[in-house]
Amino acid sequence: MDQQTLNFIFVGATFALYIGIAFWARAATTGEFYAAGRGVHPITNGMATAADWMSAASFISMAGLIAFVGYDNSSFLMGWTGGYVLLAMLLAPYLRKFGKYTVPEFVGDRFYSTTARMVAVICLIVASVTYVIGQMTGVGVTFARFLEVDSATGLYIGAVVVFFYAVLGGMKGITYTQVAQYVVLITAYTIPAIFISLELTGNFLPQMGLFGTHQASGTPLLVRLDQVLADIGFASYTGHHTNTLNMVLFTLSLMIGTAGLPHVIVRFFTVPKVADARWSAGWALVFIALLYTVAPAVGAMARLNIVDTIYPNGVQGESLSYEDMKSKPEYAWMVNWEKTGLLKFEDKNGDGKIQYYNEKSDKMTALAAEKGWQGNELVKFDRDILVLANPEIANLPGWVIAIVAAGGLAAALSTAAGLLLAISSAISHDLIKGAINPNISEKGELLAARISMAVAIAVATWLGLNPPGFAAQTVALAFGIAAASIFPALMMGIFSTRINNSGAIAGMLSGLIFTVVYIFIFKGWFFIPGTNWLPDTADNWLFGISPLSIGSVGAGINFLVAYFVSRATADVPEEIRELVESIRIPRGAGQATDH
Amino acid sequence: MNDKESGLAYWRSNIAYVKVSLVIWALVSFGFGILLRPMLSVIPVGGTDLGFWFAQQGSILVFLALIFVYATMMNTLDRKHGVHED
Repeated sequence: MDQQTLNFIFVGATFALYIGIAFWARAATTGEFYAAGRGVHPITNGMATAADWMSAASFISMAGLIAFVGYDNSSFLMGWTGGYVLLAMLLAPYLRKFGKYTVPEFVGDRFYSTTARMVAVICLIVASVTYVIGQMTGVGVTFARFLEVDSATGLYIGAVVVFFYAVLGGMKGITYTQVAQYVVLITAYTIPAIFISLELTGNFLPQMGLFGTHQASGTPLLVRLDQVLADIGFASYTGHHTNTLNMVLFTLSLMIGTAGLPHVIVRFFTVPKVADARWSAGWALVFIALLYTVAPAVGAMARLNIVDTIYPNGVQGESLSYEDMKSKPEYAWMVNWEKTGLLKFEDKNGDGKIQYYNEKSDKMTALAAEKGWQGNELVKFDRDILVLANPEIANLPGWVIAIVAAGGLAAALSTAAGLLLAISSAISHDLIKGAINPNISEKGELLAARISMAVAIAVATWLGLNPPGFAAQTVALAFGIAAASIFPALMMGIFSTRINNSGAIAGMLSGLIFTVVYIFIFKGWFFIPGTNWLPDTADNWLFGISPLSIGSVGAGINFLVAYFVSRATADVPEEIRELVESIRIPRGAGQATDH
Repeated sequence: MNDKESGLAYWRSNIAYVKVSLVIWALVSFGFGILLRPMLSVIPVGGTDLGFWFAQQGSILVFLALIFVYATMMNTLDRKHGVHED
């Protein structure tokens, strides 16, 4: 059976499963549509949260980001997991006790202000829409590469599948499909990692293999990696080469951004009790850690495999020839990926051999002059192809490649569905029921929720087909907004009885505006190319803080402004103090289920 | 102890748990993983040092332990103050 047929079988089978689950888990009430009837077991919810959270970025991009930078990108690992500690202790149990359906609803009630609720709606929609674009393009790319259908057709197929289970099932349908998607994505991620770890280190656990011995050379894997990279002029993998303050703030931004992302928070509204919300955050992190502890091993091992592929006789020996690359089956992946434009080789000096080295290194410039090299010939290696190409790089069997294709799609679709639900409930519940037509019937609201969902899918598909050139940069925006506006407002709403409506609104707006302006100064106003005031390089950043890391500073500003404005303005009314006191006590969350 | 006092005591214990947890949370990630890594570099772990291990594995494992210990302690505390459900 050829590779493409296998890919079609695996992807087709998983899609059929998702649609089957959708028919089984249809939503009949708004409670089921927004919060799956609050009857989800904490372990099930943990698994669904893991799929909801782990997007195309975690599955496809993260290992590549670590592979090409090394230790300095550990921020992604610590940041995207550390946020769950904050969720479990600072937000999830209390928001579950509050017992409503959306994040803006809490902000509106706690700060007794429709304005605050609307500011939260805007933050939620901007953060979620920018995030969803990445998922949709991920679906298109995976289809294009593995099924060789046009990426637009792939996107339509993905959109129809999401439409089925999200519009029919709401949160209930999404929850159970996410459980299935988690199983698919974690299998897809770990199988190639286990194979590769066994091959390189003899240890079947990638987490141990990373710190194990490289069998071919007999030296520890990471020592070997540092050596071969040094030989071709690259910075060491395990060393720390960037600004430490920036690394700390970037990690912190990812942590509080994770805790502030509305589509993750609402998942904790689906469990029956407050205690379940705490457990569920723990289980979510168990399922996330299964991928996140494997990712650094995938990154390091793939980086070593790439160097070894190009230098089959060691970095001092003869490198791979273009003729071998084009004719031998074990190098077919290079030819296949070159067709997508995401990988590119160029024989600059016409010697028929590939030279891969760091052109910016002085040592290598001297060596290149001596050997007649005209520059690095691995012109492009898009970081996003690393995980998808990994099984091919390591020459794994065809079914492994097929399951990786299904896993990439599962990661992108599960996150897209969660985001679309957060967007549609903000529109139907906060905007329509909360502000425009408070007297809408349950049936009317359910219909409005389904229509908003359908519109959100259409918009997301359109954005996926016509991705704005700035898609990659907007991730900074999504995390920045969640960190600087949503997280501090929620936390202060729970842990302080003194923060009032004016304090919260002023805090959210100043955190938001500061963060967005800082990002725009370096990335261009509204991401329009060429409109940035300063070049986006470390020398221009304030204290070396990159636009990706500024969310934590924005959060600090939000906290300070909210505190001082609240002190200068009227006290919080008595009934709001009582509300805050009641959400701090678990008892009674079950009764708050139906309202 | 009346309801109000018990409620206050419950909340104070909760805040104490959260504070200790967050100190450990920051210590293993920002501390061991980043800022204190040079100090931990004397302890070798599989071809690199303990700080690298904390940044790429250890911190995640400690986060997991923190959440489960916190959830267990809060269950006990909920019962002690009679604010548990079921």
